[in-house]
Amino acid sequence: MAAPVKSKVDGAVGAVQHLTIGKAINLALRTAMEANDKVIVLGEDVGKLGGVFRITDGLQKDFGEQRVLDTPLAESGIIGTAVGLAVRGFRPVCEIQFEGFIFPGFDQIVSQVAKLHYRTQGRVKVPMVIRVPFGGGIGAVEHHSESPESLFAHVAGLKVVSCSNPVDAYWMTRQAIDCDDPVLLFEPKRLYHSGNLRAEVDTTATPDPLFASRVVRTGDAATLVAYGPSVKVCLDAATAAQEEGTSLEVIDLRTLSPLDLDPVFESVRRTGRLIAVSEAPSESSLTSEIAMRVQQECFYSLEAPVLRVTGFDTPYPPAKLEEDYLPDLDRVLHTVDRSLAW
Amino acid sequence: MSSPEQWTHPEPGAGPAATAAEPTPEQVIAGLRATTEGGAELTQLLTPEGERVASAQFDPYVSDVDDEALRNLYRDMVLVRRADRESNAMQRQGQLGIWVPLLGQEAAQIGSGRALRPSDMAFPSYREHGVAWTRGVDFRELIGIFRCSDHGGWDFRHHGFHPYTIVIGNQVLNATGYAMGQKFEGKVGDDNGEATIVYFGDGATSQGDVHEGFVWSAVYDAPVVFFCQNNQWAISEPTERQSRLPLYQRARGYGFPGIRVDGNDVLACLAVTRWALDECRHGNGPVLIEAFTYRMDAHTTTDDPTRYRLSDELEEWKLKDPIERVRAHLARGGGADQEFFDKIDAEADSFAAELRDFVFNMPDPPPERIFRNVYAEPSPVLEAQRREYLAYLDGFAGSEH
Ligand SMILES: Cc1ncc(C[n+]2csc(CCOP(=O)(O)OP(=O)(O)O)c2C)c(N)n1
Repeated sequence: MAAPVKSKVDGAVGAVQHLTIGKAINLALRTAMEANDKVIVLGEDVGKLGGVFRITDGLQKDFGEQRVLDTPLAESGIIGTAVGLAVRGFRPVCEIQFEGFIFPGFDQIVSQVAKLHYRTQGRVKVPMVIRVPFGGGIGAVEHHSESPESLFAHVAGLKVVSCSNPVDAYWMTRQAIDCDDPVLLFEPKRLYHSGNLRAEVDTTATPDPLFASRVVRTGDAATLVAYGPSVKVCLDAATAAQEEGTSLEVIDLRTLSPLDLDPVFESVRRTGRLIAVSEAPSESSLTSEIAMRVQQECFYSLEAPVLRVTGFDTPYPPAKLEEDYLPDLDRVLHTVDRSLAW
Repeated sequence: MSSPEQWTHPEPGAGPAATAAEPTPEQVIAGLRATTEGGAELTQLLTPEGERVASAQFDPYVSDVDDEALRNLYRDMVLVRRADRESNAMQRQGQLGIWVPLLGQEAAQIGSGRALRPSDMAFPSYREHGVAWTRGVDFRELIGIFRCSDHGGWDFRHHGFHPYTIVIGNQVLNATGYAMGQKFEGKVGDDNGEATIVYFGDGATSQGDVHEGFVWSAVYDAPVVFFCQNNQWAISEPTERQSRLPLYQRARGYGFPGIRVDGNDVLACLAVTRWALDECRHGNGPVLIEAFTYRMDAHTTTDDPTRYRLSDELEEWKLKDPIERVRAHLARGGGADQEFFDKIDAEADSFAAELRDFVFNMPDPPPERIFRNVYAEPSPVLEAQRREYLAYLDGFAGSEH
């Protein structure tokens, strides 16, 4: 890990800053670029505009057009050229505008990004990051609210992580850039600018390992496991449940591939109950995998079947219906009740 | 536009660093010219001042356009613009989730759309509200997409107007396949032939799908007109971020004709598109049309164009307004009087008021809509999810929720 660097973001001077998720990622990109001139950012509109979510705001101004590339409008191009740049010794960080637009680049991700190291018997490393704003709740039109992460977790050779708070947003971005493997970072877009999620980000701290999940709230009645935007939903549900005397444990998965389920197993052995929460459709998904592994490892500890709260097995609906589609506090608590009633 | 030679090759010795520096005033002006001038090869039948320009090649394609027809084109553009402005305002008022403005592109859309016959098929992107209008799709059928209450539910066969496509470039291949179908069914070859038109932006030309569409259509002689509305910007990125060459010139590399038309000239857009469709009907397709136009508003209501474009550019393009030039032409030639213009304005007012009324009273879809039409054949898994979710909602009946 490179030495911490002072940042210009928000005019701050110290190592500790009070940041949203969006600003934390911006700071992480900035500090990584300052630390290593092989780090370059590329994507549609990431330059002058600062990205459609303004995550790359100000970077082109300070690092120039050759380190922050406003690319042609082509995702296969963004990802495919990043592979070549990585082979050449750069550490590209690609921005995909919305998760629904990653698919023109899917071929490159599956065929090259994921397999080059394997195919070359380790001779070629692909140290690149693909940043993907994902998930619903922003009232958008089609293709702007999906949760396709399971598709990528299924591909061997990729590492897939998701952040849920500013500290992780900062460190996961830094660590993903430092990682010698390709990392897809799924960013909870509806929380980018969420003021009440602002947190102290200490750029001199020692971060948690990138590929490890974490217990974010302890409890003993049941375990909730989630990642990305659903972590907040689970934490809110746990707070609400506490008021009624039910103590819920919440685990932020953080890493989707490789999955770090040891903390989940440990938790379920104590609570006897697991509810997996995700916005993605449920069939053949990450939550399917979690349920399978937990029943295998914790069979004798389970007091109820593993349950889940997910999106439905439908395309993402028109946004007027997304409140129905997305796991919310009520659906989580309802499922907790079902688990407890077993 | 400056010639490609001028803007594709940097000065000897000028490395990439030169592009990163602040542009000189001369460069700014040159850039502005490149954007606002369509170049010598621009096909135009009506100047920005409303003067008719003769064209040996294209006049025959609009020989039937008399004053009345021109008044109708004018009306189309005014109504569509008014609906666009009203929708933009409704987004600001929270009635729509987002709006994708067409302001400035009325001529490109109305001219090309009115060139189509009912048996033709149009594949839009997401900004083609004007083309939708020419295909008889009611604004009320469109607006649900932007109110986020549906994904677009018009009968595409009835209207000959495919659903909107948001993923950039996808529809170009879909249109090519549709046109291949027209060809395979023997629907091309004479005056009664069918054709397909597909709309996309200048940014879209960078996508693999568009390149593949060009290749496939050429290989299978598909009767498809590629209608690129070069509105100069792909969100914050200028056309120069997508291409070294003027876009219409790319067609040559694929082996079919490409033409650049003044996209703010409704008559020229009509003529050129009729010609291109005619080529397709007779089996001489495909054809690429680059309609050289300008996006007068933001990319969408979530965009902030002040971050990336010059206000001079906007001012420059205001002088080329597609509606004003038809108005000037009609007024000057006596094709319409003040009474006519007032009548159209009044019609536009009530059209906008009706639209507003419709949107304000639009019901939200019921939750069970989520589960409908996922598959053509019933899915037991989904049926179970639907039942379970509706039962869950029933559990709240009568409670606070
Ligand atoms: C595959 C894909 N990538 C990114 C986007 C996000 N996006 C929406 S519109 C747009 C710019 C399109 O520019 P252009 O093709 O010139 O069409 P215009 O909107 O200017 O008419 C982008 C990048 C998208 N919709 N689809």
